[in-house]
Amino acid sequence: MDFILTQAFNGVSFGAILFLLSSGLSLIFGVMKIVNVAHGSYYMLGGYIGLSVMWRIGNFYLAMLAGALCIAVIGLLMERIFLRRYYLQDMPQVLLTMGFALIFRDIAFIIWGGDPFSFPTPKFLEGSLKIGTLIFPTFRAFAVFVAVIVVLCLFLFYERTSLGAKLRACVDDSEMAGGLGINVPLISGSMFAMGAGLAAFGGVIGGPFFGVFPGADFDLLPLAFVVVILGGMGSLKGAVIGSILVGLIDTFGKALVPDLSYFTLFAPMAIVLAIKPTGLFGR
Amino acid sequence: MKILRDLGPKLYWVLLALAVFLVLPVLFPTYWVTLVTQMFIFGMLAMSLDLLLGYTGLPAFGHAAFFGLGAYIVGVLSTRYGVGFWLSGLTGIVVTVAVAGIFGLLCVHSAGVYFLMITMALGMCLWGLAFRWVSMTGGDNGISGIPRPEIALPVDLNDPITFYYFILLAFVLVLLALFLLVNSPFGQTLRGIRESESRMRVLGYNTWLHKYLSYIIAGGFAGISGVFWAYYNAFVSPSDLDIIATMEAFFMTILGGPGTLVGPALGAGIIVFLKNFISAYTQRWLIILGLVYVVIILYTPKGLVNFLIDHLKDKNLWE
Repeated sequence: MDFILTQAFNGVSFGAILFLLSSGLSLIFGVMKIVNVAHGSYYMLGGYIGLSVMWRIGNFYLAMLAGALCIAVIGLLMERIFLRRYYLQDMPQVLLTMGFALIFRDIAFIIWGGDPFSFPTPKFLEGSLKIGTLIFPTFRAFAVFVAVIVVLCLFLFYERTSLGAKLRACVDDSEMAGGLGINVPLISGSMFAMGAGLAAFGGVIGGPFFGVFPGADFDLLPLAFVVVILGGMGSLKGAVIGSILVGLIDTFGKALVPDLSYFTLFAPMAIVLAIKPTGLFGR
Repeated sequence: MKILRDLGPKLYWVLLALAVFLVLPVLFPTYWVTLVTQMFIFGMLAMSLDLLLGYTGLPAFGHAAFFGLGAYIVGVLSTRYGVGFWLSGLTGIVVTVAVAGIFGLLCVHSAGVYFLMITMALGMCLWGLAFRWVSMTGGDNGISGIPRPEIALPVDLNDPITFYYFILLAFVLVLLALFLLVNSPFGQTLRGIRESESRMRVLGYNTWLHKYLSYIIAGGFAGISGVFWAYYNAFVSPSDLDIIATMEAFFMTILGGPGTLVGPALGAGIIVFLKNFISAYTQRWLIILGLVYVVIILYTPKGLVNFLIDHLKDKNLWE
């Protein structure tokens, strides 16, 4: 029982990181129909930038902020300068993001080298929480806490603010939304920047989990894709459920059948695609 | 042979190219012969991807998985069980076709970038097997020491030049098979689906079945190229089917020109050449590949061969 609870907690906390990564991927897809292959790169670069801040300044809050902001700016530039040229042409856009994914990977390699780094755990996240006989690392609990707050903020933003309503209008019919006077390029550009920033934020929070290493980009990207495939494209609710599912499956897979661990994702994907091809909450 | 007549002047170009490749080992040192062998193997992979990407309009982003699957089957069978060329090669192709049959059921209903995401996730499941199923695949270390094939004929394929001719023959056969396929009524239907699937469906074509078959056939040919890669490289590893491998196959097709058969083969040649050439001078292969890619998308999004078609007066030369 302890084994199951511990692994379930690990799975949910991994799901929290996956949510930060895949919510942006899913929302960007929802608004702009862009499948961003460079999204995993944002996660990796965010982790590296956060790590550099930790080395220089040693403040975890600043590391999170710096990682998220830098990558949000990079994402915004990428969208403004390159992706915008191919507005709603999905193939050229996805091909461009592939090129960028390779460039980002090599840039990270040039700056930070090929060795994996462990991420210094900030003071207030050291140690662990004891509940009965169970022991949970504090930083994992922190990741869940942060993800819950982000989920709440995103839901409130999405459902309760006028900007969120405009965003939903862009998701449903961007042409009509533009006709009604909504500034679609501005909304989608900021959406893209926010998604990129969230992924980088996830990269910094994920630092104490996995360390920061070259190849993190393409390690996590397929998992984020699976989240979106399971949950449904462009759905926030889908991203939440999908992340928890993938986090749990991946964690239990690694613990129970290490040889087939990654392959365990195949079964849920096959089932969901067979029953509901658009994903659990997809439209 | 109506198709041969349709070929017309193009046939001379094909024969000329064939003649050049036949005399190539006489003129160039062994290093180049080996490099061109590699180009042919990836040419087969790129052409098989083009059947989906260029002819059917399905952006398959997990194609290296079938390539790697074929290679891994050969690796496991030949090093662990001492199975010979014909049996392990055939098993590799059959298993790849079977797996493509299963994957196809899950992804072919979708289109566009949905298809891209699903195929990538499916492909990465196979990568996960190669990477984590250590007892079978050797994990990150891969499988080394794959012997050159014994084909039960009086030729020695350990000799790089003989092996070159062997792969050239395979390449020509694959090219011929794909050429006949894309010019058959089936191939015309695939192009119709690419242009307008809804129209084809209204005309009474079973578009799902056509796409499904196209996916399986493309997977099978990728498996064939993987089988040859295992024998060529004498080594398979998870990097043969990871995202970068898939991207490279994608780039070969896009660079050369999707929707033509010559294009992807040419693209494969260029990418293989650049990869080997640049790696000799710098480790920055990925950033150069990425930059080349961004430039290609921005300036010649239809690929080199289509670019030439658009800009040369004599359009009969290629099309």
